[in-house]
Amino acid sequence: MGSLFRSEEMALCQLFLQSEAAYACVSELGELGLVQFRDLNPDVNAFQRKFVNEVRRCDEMERKLRYLEKEIKKDGIPMLDTGESPEAPQPREMIDLEATFEKLENELREVNQNAEALKRNFLELTELKHILRKTQVFFDESVPTVYKSSGAYSSSKYRRYPQMADNQNEDEQAQLLGEEGVRASQPGQNLKLGFVAGVILRERLPAFERMLWRACRGNVFLRQAMIETPLEDPTNGDQVHKSVFIIFFQGDQLKTRVKKICEGFRATLYPCPEAPADRREMAMGVMTRIEDLNTVLGQTQDHRHRVLVAAAKNLKNWFVKVRKIKAIYHTLNLFNLDVTQKCLIAECWVPLLDIETIQLALRRGTERSGSSVPPILNRMQTFENPPTYNRTNKFTKAFQALIDAYGVASYREMNPAPYTIITFPFLFAVMFGDLGHGAIMALFGLWMIRKEKGLAAQKTDNEIWNIFFGGRYIIFLMGVFSMYTGLIYNDIFSKSLNIFGSHWHLSYNKSTVMENKFLQLSPKGDYEGAPYPFGMDPIWQVAGANKIIFHNAYKMKISIIFGVIHMIFGVVMSWHNHTYFRNRISLLYEFIPQLVFLLLLFFYMVLLMFIKWIKFAATNDKPYSEACAPSILITFIDMVLFNTPKPPPENCETYMFMGQHFIQVLFVLVAVGCIPVMLLAKPLLIMQARKQANVQPIAGATSDAEAGGVSNSGSHGGGGGHEEEEELSEIFIHQSIHTIEYVLGSVSHTASYLRLWALSLAHAQLAEVLWTMVLSIGLKQEGPVGGIVLTCVFAFWAILTVGILVLMEGLSAFLHTLRLHWVEFQSKFYKGQGYAFQPFSFDAIIENGAAAAEE
Amino acid sequence: MGAAFFPVLFFTALWGGVGIAMPIMTPKGPHQNLIRCILMLTAACCWLFWLCCYMAQMNPLIGPKLKRDVVAMIGRSWNNPIVAG
Repeated sequence: MGSLFRSEEMALCQLFLQSEAAYACVSELGELGLVQFRDLNPDVNAFQRKFVNEVRRCDEMERKLRYLEKEIKKDGIPMLDTGESPEAPQPREMIDLEATFEKLENELREVNQNAEALKRNFLELTELKHILRKTQVFFDESVPTVYKSSGAYSSSKYRRYPQMADNQNEDEQAQLLGEEGVRASQPGQNLKLGFVAGVILRERLPAFERMLWRACRGNVFLRQAMIETPLEDPTNGDQVHKSVFIIFFQGDQLKTRVKKICEGFRATLYPCPEAPADRREMAMGVMTRIEDLNTVLGQTQDHRHRVLVAAAKNLKNWFVKVRKIKAIYHTLNLFNLDVTQKCLIAECWVPLLDIETIQLALRRGTERSGSSVPPILNRMQTFENPPTYNRTNKFTKAFQALIDAYGVASYREMNPAPYTIITFPFLFAVMFGDLGHGAIMALFGLWMIRKEKGLAAQKTDNEIWNIFFGGRYIIFLMGVFSMYTGLIYNDIFSKSLNIFGSHWHLSYNKSTVMENKFLQLSPKGDYEGAPYPFGMDPIWQVAGANKIIFHNAYKMKISIIFGVIHMIFGVVMSWHNHTYFRNRISLLYEFIPQLVFLLLLFFYMVLLMFIKWIKFAATNDKPYSEACAPSILITFIDMVLFNTPKPPPENCETYMFMGQHFIQVLFVLVAVGCIPVMLLAKPLLIMQARKQANVQPIAGATSDAEAGGVSNSGSHGGGGGHEEEEELSEIFIHQSIHTIEYVLGSVSHTASYLRLWALSLAHAQLAEVLWTMVLSIGLKQEGPVGGIVLTCVFAFWAILTVGILVLMEGLSAFLHTLRLHWVEFQSKFYKGQGYAFQPFSFDAIIENGAAAAEE
Repeated sequence: MGAAFFPVLFFTALWGGVGIAMPIMTPKGPHQNLIRCILMLTAACCWLFWLCCYMAQMNPLIGPKLKRDVVAMIGRSWNNPIVAG
């Protein structure tokens, strides 16, 4: 039997590893990906395991690598991804890796701190430069403006609140005016005004100005100018807009107040000499220092870039190595430590066919570690259920995933996946059948297959795309089969191909055509006698009046035909399961009655369909003419209910063939007789076997062999009696549920396959609506405007065709096909109670690690 | 009986070739049984689908009902001219 038709044979093995060689051996097994280790220390918590320190060290290394990765991405440096997978390092190499990562992290942190400090200095000097430049203008204007503005403020205040004017204000004004009049020419006048200069965020300036005015009662004078270029915030690198300001005031009291307000608004104050010569000198010094700082900053950034570029070359490899080391130590933690013999003991599930491969890997690991004691791999006997392992390739993986989504097969159970490879796309195509839509789908699948290496390497995180790409072979097959069923339905975007010439011919003359709005062709005179050789005759596509009636009759029949055959195929699969597991009771008293039930009722209905197709024709005389053709459904219902059929039309016979009544009664009775066999035979036989086992121990052993796999607990004597009773009642209940499910399921599942007809009808009608209401409107236009209209209409039609008919209808047909496989087909034979084989595999671990890192 | 000899023979031979001859000729390898299963299932499904469509039209019980413009189209395009008179 091929590797996909049943799950692989699995063996539980015990592994003895020398302590020195254990790391290397587990590393080799991780590369291989064929061993599933069991946890031999389930009671030990994570922090008490032997290699917990090593795991912690790996976690720390991973954290440092993530920090490096973040810095690399921040600088936009491309990371080299060769796609190759380096081998897991030796344990002593771990120390080197730790030292390398430590050094890199420290170096990078130091560079970052230095860069931040330098940027802060740079910012301060830049701000000072702007202050020195802008304040030149302020001081040139300050002498005449101060008096004017100050006077204006006082006058304004005086006018607004005449009652509040006090002597002090009047005196001040008199003094100012008087002084101006008396000592206008004296240079010492300016020394009485103080000032502060600084930089503030532009958005804070209006509030700042209002606060100054209110707190100082209008006795200060504020001038500001914008710094045109944005400045960089050294903390987070953001660009901010700032303004230079200068505040003139009188007296120390105001000075203190002004400085507090500046501090509150987080303005930065800078010293600014009053004399122009001093300011010019300071500006030159600041420019020099700015240039020096720029040079140092540039060198610091260059150094950081070089460090990150060097790290980026190796970062992917380092991640892989660290993850492998961590995985190895995690696995070693599952083992038992034998202190006396200095070896580690492991238990693992392995595929039987691969034991030799695993032995070779272990030998390689031993040689690599330099140990002299070879590892020992012992096969153990076990009564546990092994994990289920189906060996797949890139083609079969998607189909296996469809089956596993429903349930993982029980160990060594028949795997539906090989048959699903064809039945799934085919049943999809029965619903989706359209040559044009199938071609679109097939081309899309083919494109993904042809480009699969490039597309797989991109590794996008778009979930929808990943699903499509994972199912590319399914999509391609669905498209190809849809093209075939589209040819049979003779349907390409709701139109027909007339390749062989219609086998229906017109015989009406012109006057008859002109007089009648509808004309029906007669099967007697207008039909050639043999059908269109491949697929549906194109006449039925243009027969607007009764096309659906004909298609419905045809598609309902093929739905039932394929459905019943699909179900019979499933029941036959259960025969394979019973023979493999040597379950003779199930083989005789479950499989046979199930098959008989299905054949005598539903397959008989299928035969009636074929008989009707062959025997009844419009060209025949009665009782086999079209008027006498009975309804299959009514015939079936009458058969099951033992009804007397209603009288047939004149000159017609009640039954389709001689002896039909007797056969139908016999079939129904036998089918109904199968139900108690399914229901009672197996539990009764098990009960009988147990009784015999209790009475005669030797005979009981024989009964066990014959029963095949039925475990016997009767040997425990009286104590087991109670347990037996419970088990028997459980067996009866289980068998009742199973039988009822099968019998009722046969009826409802047969009806369920009619969805093949329903989906097909809906798909065809939707395509026809798009033709009638969209594209044909464009085709009817004439002249140059018609060309433009047709272009727009075609674009609209194409979008709707792909969006609705291919994507939405395709998804709908896909889901219905999935249900037909999961429920209607697999319920006949599939238990699906296994658990998947999850080998220790570096590829899977690294893939999951990379996915987690992306999130 | 309304079946023509040639189409039945042709398509049965075609799908019989796919479902019987090609599995026999499948080269040995790890996937031989899988390929055989695929070929046989494909042949069985496609042949049965074709057969049902063919048999459904062998002995039609009703004829197509056509509109006047469809009749005119058939007369012009399908080499089936309408008789004058």
